[in-house]
Amino acid sequence: MADIADSPLANQANKSLEHENIETGEPKMRARDVDVYYGQKKAIDSVDIDVYTEFVTAFIGPSGCGKSTFLRALNRMNDTIPSARVTGTIELDGEDIYASGMDVVQLRARVGMVFQKPNPFPKSIYDNIAYGPKIHGLAETKPDLDNIVEKSLRRAGLWEEVKDRLADSGTALSGGQQQRLCIARAIAVDPEVILMDEPCSALDPIATAKIEELIDELRGRYGIVIVTHSMQQAARVSQRTAFFHLGNLVEYGHTSDIFTNPVEKRTQDYITGRYG
Amino acid sequence: MSNVATSGSEKVRPTRTAAFEARLKKRYAAERRFKAVGLGAIVFSIAVLVFLLVTMALNGLGGFQRTELRVPVDFANAPVTIPANAEDERAVVQSLERQGMRDIIIFSAEQALGEEGATHVNSEAWRLVAQEIAADPSLARGQQEFWLPTDEDLASAYAGDGSADLQPLARRLAEEGHLSDNFDSGFLSRSDATDPQLVGIWGALKGSILTMIVTLLLAFPIGVLAALYLEEYAPKNRWTDLIEVSINNLAAVPSIIFGLLGLAVFLWIFPSYRSAPLIGGMTLALMTMPVIVIAGRNAIKAVPPSIRDGALAIGASPVQVVFHHVLPLALPGILTGTIIGMARALGETAPLLLIGMRAFVSSPPDGFTDNATVLPMQIFLWSDEIDRGFVERTSAAIIVLLIFLLLMNGLAIYLRNRFEKKW
Amino acid sequence: MSASTLILLVLGLGLAGWLVARSRAAMFRRANGGKRIASLPNYHAWYAALWIVVPTLLFALVWSQIADNLVIQHVLASPAAADLPAFGMQRQTMLTEARAVATGAAPAVFNPAAADLVEPFEEALTRYNIIGMVVTLLIALAGGAWAFLHLKPDFRAHTRVERAVLSLLLIASLVAILTTLGIVASLVFETVRFFGMVNPIDFLTGVNWSPNPMTDGSNPDPERYGAVPLFWGTFFIGVVIAMIVAIPMGMMSAIYLNQYAAPRVRTWLKPALEILAGVPTVVYGYFAALTIAPAIRDIALALGVQNPSSESALAAGLVMGVMIIPFVSSMADDSIAAVPQAMKDGSLAMGATQNETIKRVLVPAALPGIVAGIMLAISRAIGETMIVVMAASATARLSANPLEAMTTVTYQIVANLTGEASMDSASTLAAFALGFVLFLVTLVLNIIALRIVKRFREAYE
Repeated sequence: MADIADSPLANQANKSLEHENIETGEPKMRARDVDVYYGQKKAIDSVDIDVYTEFVTAFIGPSGCGKSTFLRALNRMNDTIPSARVTGTIELDGEDIYASGMDVVQLRARVGMVFQKPNPFPKSIYDNIAYGPKIHGLAETKPDLDNIVEKSLRRAGLWEEVKDRLADSGTALSGGQQQRLCIARAIAVDPEVILMDEPCSALDPIATAKIEELIDELRGRYGIVIVTHSMQQAARVSQRTAFFHLGNLVEYGHTSDIFTNPVEKRTQDYITGRYG
Repeated sequence: MSNVATSGSEKVRPTRTAAFEARLKKRYAAERRFKAVGLGAIVFSIAVLVFLLVTMALNGLGGFQRTELRVPVDFANAPVTIPANAEDERAVVQSLERQGMRDIIIFSAEQALGEEGATHVNSEAWRLVAQEIAADPSLARGQQEFWLPTDEDLASAYAGDGSADLQPLARRLAEEGHLSDNFDSGFLSRSDATDPQLVGIWGALKGSILTMIVTLLLAFPIGVLAALYLEEYAPKNRWTDLIEVSINNLAAVPSIIFGLLGLAVFLWIFPSYRSAPLIGGMTLALMTMPVIVIAGRNAIKAVPPSIRDGALAIGASPVQVVFHHVLPLALPGILTGTIIGMARALGETAPLLLIGMRAFVSSPPDGFTDNATVLPMQIFLWSDEIDRGFVERTSAAIIVLLIFLLLMNGLAIYLRNRFEKKW
Repeated sequence: MSASTLILLVLGLGLAGWLVARSRAAMFRRANGGKRIASLPNYHAWYAALWIVVPTLLFALVWSQIADNLVIQHVLASPAAADLPAFGMQRQTMLTEARAVATGAAPAVFNPAAADLVEPFEEALTRYNIIGMVVTLLIALAGGAWAFLHLKPDFRAHTRVERAVLSLLLIASLVAILTTLGIVASLVFETVRFFGMVNPIDFLTGVNWSPNPMTDGSNPDPERYGAVPLFWGTFFIGVVIAMIVAIPMGMMSAIYLNQYAAPRVRTWLKPALEILAGVPTVVYGYFAALTIAPAIRDIALALGVQNPSSESALAAGLVMGVMIIPFVSSMADDSIAAVPQAMKDGSLAMGATQNETIKRVLVPAALPGIVAGIMLAISRAIGETMIVVMAASATARLSANPLEAMTTVTYQIVANLTGEASMDSASTLAAFALGFVLFLVTLVLNIIALRIVKRFREAYE
């Protein structure tokens, strides 16, 4: 497993893509004309966006702008809120994820999610990671499962810290470690996309730096979408940035362009700290 | 499978394999089974409830009825005089007894029902006629018709069980229109008796009411004051912890233990008040008080601190804050808890069994220190009777008890919905 | 003078003090030219009323206890009492009778010998009534005067009144401790007496339970007081059979209500379950004895079981289990609802189905609360009395066959306390010893459960 985790290949290949045009390659996920309603209230208004495996995509915007709502629409976590309703199309590899043929369990196995507050299950570290593979039946034998657990923890950069206490409770870890555990947990089912909802907002700067490093390492293998409050973080980790405001997607493009040369005035105001 | 440009060499993702999808079908089947089991569990519980209620209702409807014989009495042939100066019913009944009321009834019954039928008129039937006459003297003139209760044997023969010998008689009388089941309004106004044809629940009901009054008068003020103290003033120390543990534990201690306490302490202090609503009420008050304290504390806790701060800020003293602001806002919650606690006390039997509230009480208690029994205890006592007639009477008493409990719980739910505020 | 007239008198005096003090305080205000005085007139009024009512009530309480003795002593000292039998029932009856006539509760004495005592009784009653009344009035006057002297424009009556209110609150909360102490004291006292007759080891380990209230008196055969069959019966009915019904049914009901039911369905089903919890136990007992027990017996007969009991442990246990369902369900419901939504989201976002999330994340996370709920349910089941009194049997038997008759601790408490035995007989005291064991076991269960619940709540708050 070490070959995958440590392989520089993927990262280098992706780095070279960073300055290519946004239209190259097929997008992993494609959203077109997406509206999200909570009851009568329209929370997201006609959003079009593409997510690429090669790039980390960051959603930024003031609080309440709908960026988290839109994120949750990408793996149908909004289904758990009875009043929520999504219209428009969101495709994963060209399949509409809201179509009746799409299975929500499989969708979520393919599009993982990491939450704002670390939410390890009240189980051992090992069982936290093994949870996904077990329910999805991804490992047939105990050694297989051990393998997946170790691989996932290594990829999340947590292996060295926890390898001697896999039986300890996941909730006993520090906040930053818990969040990496949650990332490792998401990785364990080998998803295609990982959605991260402000994954660092509950963490201190050192833990934040580690997560950001991790995100960069995971890029290329998983499509990553990260919602963040911090523009600096968006600038550090992402290659594509979407700016949301009042439920609208105001601007979407290369991160460097958004931060240095925004097209829209609203983006510019936000970037320069006029409001937020 | 994957369209990602850089991962052409990669194997298919495990979540996209056929094995995954096959497994998914099984997982959904498990999901449906699990959900069905959950629904089954609820349906089972509700079904038991419905079965219980229906059983009681079917049995109990019979309990509100009484098998009676229609007997015409001709007072022209057997004149009776009602003493002019009779001041109460008792005197009239005694006078009529002296004038041979019993024989008049037996004679009339023999005329109407034949000799065999007349032996099955309830032996206390004459007293009922006498009481009716006492209430309305005009009944004692000319030809009158009375519905008189049968004895227990004929009643069960009419119901289709009991001795087979009597069943032809019952059938004959019924065909002649002399025998039928009639609504027995007296069930709600009489007291305990040894004959199921003559029992009523008013005595037990009144005992319950008196007991509940004592319970409420003791448990409500103590419970509310204790809740206020614990929630608003109690310092954080060992004593407070001890009080808290005591209250929480008392709320979960088996009720029979309170009976032992009542027996050992209350009856030791007041040995002459065995079977009195006073002692029963005191015992139940100890049981109800913790429930009120816990409900009260939750209600007080729900009053937002901003209201206290606001009152304190305009110079109210801590006692004024609590009694002028916190308590009125918490009152609906406290009342809801109190009603629920009282409903529990109303249905409670075990502790009262130990302190001797199981006397045979043939007239309703007149005060808090009279011998009394309570509704659930009456149910328990009747359930022990062997007579067939008591089975129906027991179910009827259960219906009355359940109606009271439903009303109380309904009131609690209404209060909760009406006044429940979300701050 | 009866207790109620005394109380009315005291309250009347209190009201008078209240009114006088109030008008006095209002006078201060007028004298002050309508300016504020230190406390509102009402507080002055309450201050005076408290000073009148509290001491007199305390006195009345003490007096009601000692006055009776004083009266009896007076009567016994009279010449008519010399003829009384020295001891026993008759002496007591005669005194009671004479007293009843003297107070007017009875028209005439039944035993002519008691007639002579009526007059001394009347005399004594009158004398001590007058003494009691006068002392009450004096105390009330003293209290009122004391309070009245303190009333001044700058007197802070409200702090005094509030202090009194606070002590009242404290006293109210001490009732809980007093109750607990009362339970422990009465149980311990009688249990120690019982253990003076029967060795505690014999009691706790013996397997033969057949007390005889008539012959056992104060010198019982310890061989007949082995409580193990009762403990077993209690355990088998309340923990094994009842929990086999209540835990799965209660858990699954809670899960369905909490996780699957539409909100509208939930608003109907939850109160229905609460009704199940509100049915009095005597009704369940009747249901068990009248409907379930015969049905079980018939089924057992149809299955070819020899001589199934009509008072089987199964009938009592099943009905008790049904009674406990709503209890387990509401505790499990609360515990599951307390698990943070984030945990559920985390599992769903992994692609877990609803039941996988429930079984592998929610229930394990809620486990402490659920376990605590089950412990409280067990505590309730083993203390349940009416169902077993009505549907279980008096026969103490060590058996694992649910179709056989068994007895329980609560059944035997009731049986031994409602019989004909005197308060001092071994069988009566045995009931207290059983009660003590029951109290200790439920106390331990409750305290552990309450502690778990507290920790559990703190963990998720």
